[in-house]
Amino acid sequence: MKRYLPLMVLMLLVLLPLAGLSTYAMHILILVIMWSVIGMAWNLLGGYCGQVSFGHAAFFGVGAYTSGILYQKFGISAWWGLPLSIIVVAAFALVIGFICLRLRGPFFALATLAVGVILRVSAENLTGLTQGDLGIMIRTRTWVGKIWYFYIILALAAVTFFLVRKIIGSKLGYYFVAIREDQDAAESLGIPTTLYKTIALCISGVLTGMAGAFYMNYMGYIDPKVVFALHDISIVTIMVVMVGGAATYWGPVIGSVIMVLLAELIRSIPALGVAYQTLFGTLLIVIIIFLPNGIAGDWPKLKRLFGLRGAS
Amino acid sequence: MPLLSVMQLSRYFGGLAALSDVTFDLQKGEILGLIGPNGAGKTTLFNVINGFHQPSKGKVVFKGKNISRIRTHKICALGLARTFQVVKPLRRMTVLDNVVASAFLRAGSKAEATRKAHEILEFTGLRDDGDTLSKGLPLGKRKRLEIARALATGPELLLLDESFAGLNPTELNESIDIVGRIKERGITMMVIEHHMKVIMSISDRIIVLNYGEKIAEGTPGEIGRNPLVITAYLGVTENASG
Repeated sequence: MKRYLPLMVLMLLVLLPLAGLSTYAMHILILVIMWSVIGMAWNLLGGYCGQVSFGHAAFFGVGAYTSGILYQKFGISAWWGLPLSIIVVAAFALVIGFICLRLRGPFFALATLAVGVILRVSAENLTGLTQGDLGIMIRTRTWVGKIWYFYIILALAAVTFFLVRKIIGSKLGYYFVAIREDQDAAESLGIPTTLYKTIALCISGVLTGMAGAFYMNYMGYIDPKVVFALHDISIVTIMVVMVGGAATYWGPVIGSVIMVLLAELIRSIPALGVAYQTLFGTLLIVIIIFLPNGIAGDWPKLKRLFGLRGAS
Repeated sequence: MPLLSVMQLSRYFGGLAALSDVTFDLQKGEILGLIGPNGAGKTTLFNVINGFHQPSKGKVVFKGKNISRIRTHKICALGLARTFQVVKPLRRMTVLDNVVASAFLRAGSKAEATRKAHEILEFTGLRDDGDTLSKGLPLGKRKRLEIARALATGPELLLLDESFAGLNPTELNESIDIVGRIKERGITMMVIEHHMKVIMSISDRIIVLNYGEKIAEGTPGEIGRNPLVITAYLGVTENASG
């Protein structure tokens, strides 16, 4: 049963639009799936390889701008941004990796935080390329309905899910986890740690960048404050993974369901205003204290808590 | 040609000479014991040989190749593996996965790496602990996991850093037995050990470090009688630094 769970979930999602969901419900679903992609991408680097990035908005934004600039400057469909992000974001990740991956632990985290901010400021000021704060708008959307957007992001999520699983089961995965657990030990066991950390960063960055390129196409508008946002992208990415469960296959998916629904719920209470950030912060603290391994990671603990012991 | 030559090796940390002008050779197939009081520079010597530190002066030649400036993982790929005095298990991986991760260095596929890992767990007596998370292992077995992991990288030279410290008598005998069987496989070893009975019985030759300098070299019998060694370990009345 458990073996077929991913395929069953995928089938269910493929069939879901046939149920005639409202546009709003489809929009929420698309967001959940997009965040799953970003979460799974971050999880590969942060969860499995142990390199915590506080700057994944950088990759998201570079992907989004790759798409946007293709449309804006070259008049090509922004959808070309998806395949092209693979090259652009990989090249960008290589440069970032070369600079940041010689740092360890919290120093790497701080460096990525800086990268995110640097990119936002650059995008704001390189007006010739990015139109600065005006942002980039796609004037004619590809589709009016949501259904094709849904299937495109679902395909990307499915590819990401199976790719991550394939990687983790292979030599690459063993090396990533070894590096996370003890970099010196890994190095002395013959693992070229810098190389493998760079590989993790590139794969993670490219997947995040593709989600960014999708975002450009789907939302039709980006500006530096949106796609290079520290709280709304970089931090939410970490929360998706932490809430769901780092270094688990389903964690990022569970985390994005919770985070997107929660954000919608909170947004529907106008009285809260920006106080929702306080709520998110509180939630993160509670999760870290009581479920340090996230919902997927601490599943047995949760089952005990709710008296579902017999279920397994 | 010796398997390993350490030539006039010095390593300074600021003004402190952790190693000064250490020279010795290691022949293929032998077990070289390395002893000395705490802080004598034994672990530093290992750290320089396996590339964690670079020598301040002198060089290390392994299989005819100068490895003084080569990165740790490449040195391991050349066939030189080590264990850590302060054990470094990959904590949230099972014992088996620890060894599989190491075996990938010379395995073409996961199946091959897993097969090799099982064989090594059997060899080191950890077969029944394969599915245990390595953070849950008792110290004695963690020390053995260090050896298993190093062996999985297929070394020609194995550096054992206090692999016998803190073991109970049963574990001690098992580990001595394992070292004997590693030697039978033709793997050369260099062993840091404080346990005198162990080092005297397993070593073909011993070198003694004190304050970063090599003060003696010889067979276990010669070392046991060497007045310099006795002074370094027990001190003399004028010199209470012992």
